[in-house]
Amino acid sequence: MNSILLFVLLILCIFSFYYGQSRIKKISSASAITVKSLPHFYGYYQALWCALPAFLVIVFWSILEPIVVKNLILNQIQSTTLQELSKNELTLLYSQIVSLAGNNFSGNITEAVKQGAFSYKNFLSISQSSKIVLFLCAVIAATLFAHSKINNNVHAREGVEKIFIIILFLSATAAILTTVGIIFALLFETLKFFKTINIFDFMFGLSWSPQRAFVRDAGAVLTAAQVQDLKDAFGAVPLFAGTAFIAFIAMCVAVPIGLFSGIYLAEYASFKQRKWGKPIIEILAGIPTVVYGFFAALTVGPFFKVLGNSLGVEVSSESALAAGLVMGVMIIPFVSSLSDDVINAVPQSLREGSLALGATHSETIKKVVFPAALPGIVGSILLAVSRAVGETMIVVMAAGLAANLTINPLEATTTITTQIVMILVGDQEFTSPKTQSAFALGLTLFCLTLILNFIALRFVKKYREKYE
Amino acid sequence: MDVIMNEEKIIAKDVSVFYGEKQALFDVNLSIDKNKVTSLIGPSGCGKSTFIRCINRMNDVIDICKVQGAIEINGHNIYDKSVDVVKLREKVGMVFQKPNPFPKSIYDNVAYGPTIHGLANNKTDMDQIVENSLKKAALWEEVKDRLNDAGTGLSGGQQQRLCIARAISINPEVILMDEPCSALDPIATAKIEDLIGELKETFTIVIVTHSMSQAARVSQKTGFFHLGKLIEFDSTDKIFKNPSNSMTQDYITGRFG
Ligand SMILES: Nc1ncnc2c1ncn2[C@@H]1O[C@H](COP(=O)(O)OP(=O)(O)OP(=O)(O)O)[C@@H](O)[C@H]1O
Ligand SMILES: [Mg+2]
Repeated sequence: MNSILLFVLLILCIFSFYYGQSRIKKISSASAITVKSLPHFYGYYQALWCALPAFLVIVFWSILEPIVVKNLILNQIQSTTLQELSKNELTLLYSQIVSLAGNNFSGNITEAVKQGAFSYKNFLSISQSSKIVLFLCAVIAATLFAHSKINNNVHAREGVEKIFIIILFLSATAAILTTVGIIFALLFETLKFFKTINIFDFMFGLSWSPQRAFVRDAGAVLTAAQVQDLKDAFGAVPLFAGTAFIAFIAMCVAVPIGLFSGIYLAEYASFKQRKWGKPIIEILAGIPTVVYGFFAALTVGPFFKVLGNSLGVEVSSESALAAGLVMGVMIIPFVSSLSDDVINAVPQSLREGSLALGATHSETIKKVVFPAALPGIVGSILLAVSRAVGETMIVVMAAGLAANLTINPLEATTTITTQIVMILVGDQEFTSPKTQSAFALGLTLFCLTLILNFIALRFVKKYREKYE
Repeated sequence: MDVIMNEEKIIAKDVSVFYGEKQALFDVNLSIDKNKVTSLIGPSGCGKSTFIRCINRMNDVIDICKVQGAIEINGHNIYDKSVDVVKLREKVGMVFQKPNPFPKSIYDNVAYGPTIHGLANNKTDMDQIVENSLKKAALWEEVKDRLNDAGTGLSGGQQQRLCIARAISINPEVILMDEPCSALDPIATAKIEDLIGELKETFTIVIVTHSMSQAARVSQKTGFFHLGKLIEFDSTDKIFKNPSNSMTQDYITGRFG
């Protein structure tokens, strides 16, 4: 129904546009007055007036209709059955009514449901027809209004531009509100978690085993032993350490290779090499992380295991080394293209100044270009770290699940992201501290990457200012 | 007055330059005297920068740029296969249109060249080189108390003098200047012009300029370029008082360009 109305509205809009446009032309040619805006703005003006009120009618109706109908029906049921139903019973009854009205109800039909379904259909059809009426009214009224305005000395361009600005503003607001909403949801759940678990136990505790805190009634009073148990279950230090460790391994791979390839591309590569090389390196960035993930889990991990065995070293098949290495490869194009950009932004005049003093190309890079680009390079490395910290798929598949506090890269470790995934897959009890701990972890991760990005952007910005 | 034989420091022989397909210089022949200032003038895009950048082979940096002909400095063709570009640029310094100090301290800016070429054995030597260079560039008095401040923090005119100090720190024989005053105000320009007059005692100077009066003030010889060709090359006196080519006449009297 709504789609038909929207389609009609679209057609009306197009008509309105041409109508408004041709009308203003006629008016201006007949009366020889110069109109304030170009003709097509009057077209937009007419079309927007035609569309917006009717569109709002549809939107509000679609939001309000289910609520109003539900209330009406439930009131009716309450008054006919004369008995107090609990909230749950009412909800159940209502869903039965809705499915009966939609002809897909199986089971025994009570009189109340039958009656309810009947009036449900009734209400719906009333609502439909009133919607259409209202819709038409909106279209006609607005069209007439715009029509009368076009005659006037109205400045259509200003009106149209104002409406566009409002639309753009609303979109921006929606994006911002979503972000704020997500942050608040995170914060809210995290606070609940910290009501059960002390924040210090979480931040500084050395053991992580949330499954121990699994089944537990919400309101039950805990024994002292159980409280201690809970405390011990949510020490996140092993996760922080694992995350930092794997990110460190990844950076050990990505920084040198990415940086050197960036320098080569920016300073030495011929035009042709650049043209081919840059996109090929950037393909690496286009590979889905899940592909890197099974590459790490099925190829690199086992390879290290076999290699370790042949050397007589104990290597677990899921290891920090494999995950970190593959993650590093994933980040190479990131570092490489960022540092390439930064190095390219160093003014050519500095290079020429150095070359003109008889410095070689490599001396120029080492002593002039690189120091000048350093802040930008540091910034891009920090951005890369923040990606490594937030990366999920590779570590879920290749790093392991055991929260070991270790610095042996050949053992399995786990990360913040992995644990969040592990906690939230499968059926969840929303109020258990185990589930809530995922939010706490998420918030920690969010703050971490936020700080890293902030510092990184400051670096990059400072560097930009220097040369502009 | 000019009865003393002029020693020819640089001789360009049939120099043609191509940027890809496009020819920017056509068979330029001229000779530049030792310890004199030679200025190159001409309308924008006529190839002055292209020519001056041939003298220290800065054009090598540009991939598509090809140079034909020969440029001899002290009798040796610098486009010869055996020539080491690094050694050449050690002898032929350059000052650019826009001051381009490195983002380092004033001291390090001047010390950069000597460090690279190993001209100082110890810190005292280096201090001496830096001081001398800054003095020759008439900047010492202004910066001697803040040698560790950033070179980029100086004023435009000071920056340009810093670049001159940087160029003379490695004790070159020739200094090329491509519109060194175009980014400066009249006072800073006057300082640099005075400086050029002093520097020519020690160095051979080639300067590109858009200012007729500057060319007349600082140089002993002047070359006029037009559309990639050297139209006229003679003593500055003659070019400005009695040019033999009508195009030169038109240009210096401001009738075109
Ligand atoms: N890097 C380059 N690539 C291609 N063409 C170039 C390049 N540099 C200069 N040219 C061309 O060579 C010609 C001469 O340029 P050049 O820079 O030598 O002029 P100029 O006399 O220094 O001008 P100006 O007084 O504006 O500095 C111009 O036509 C220019 O378009
Ligand atoms: Mg030029």
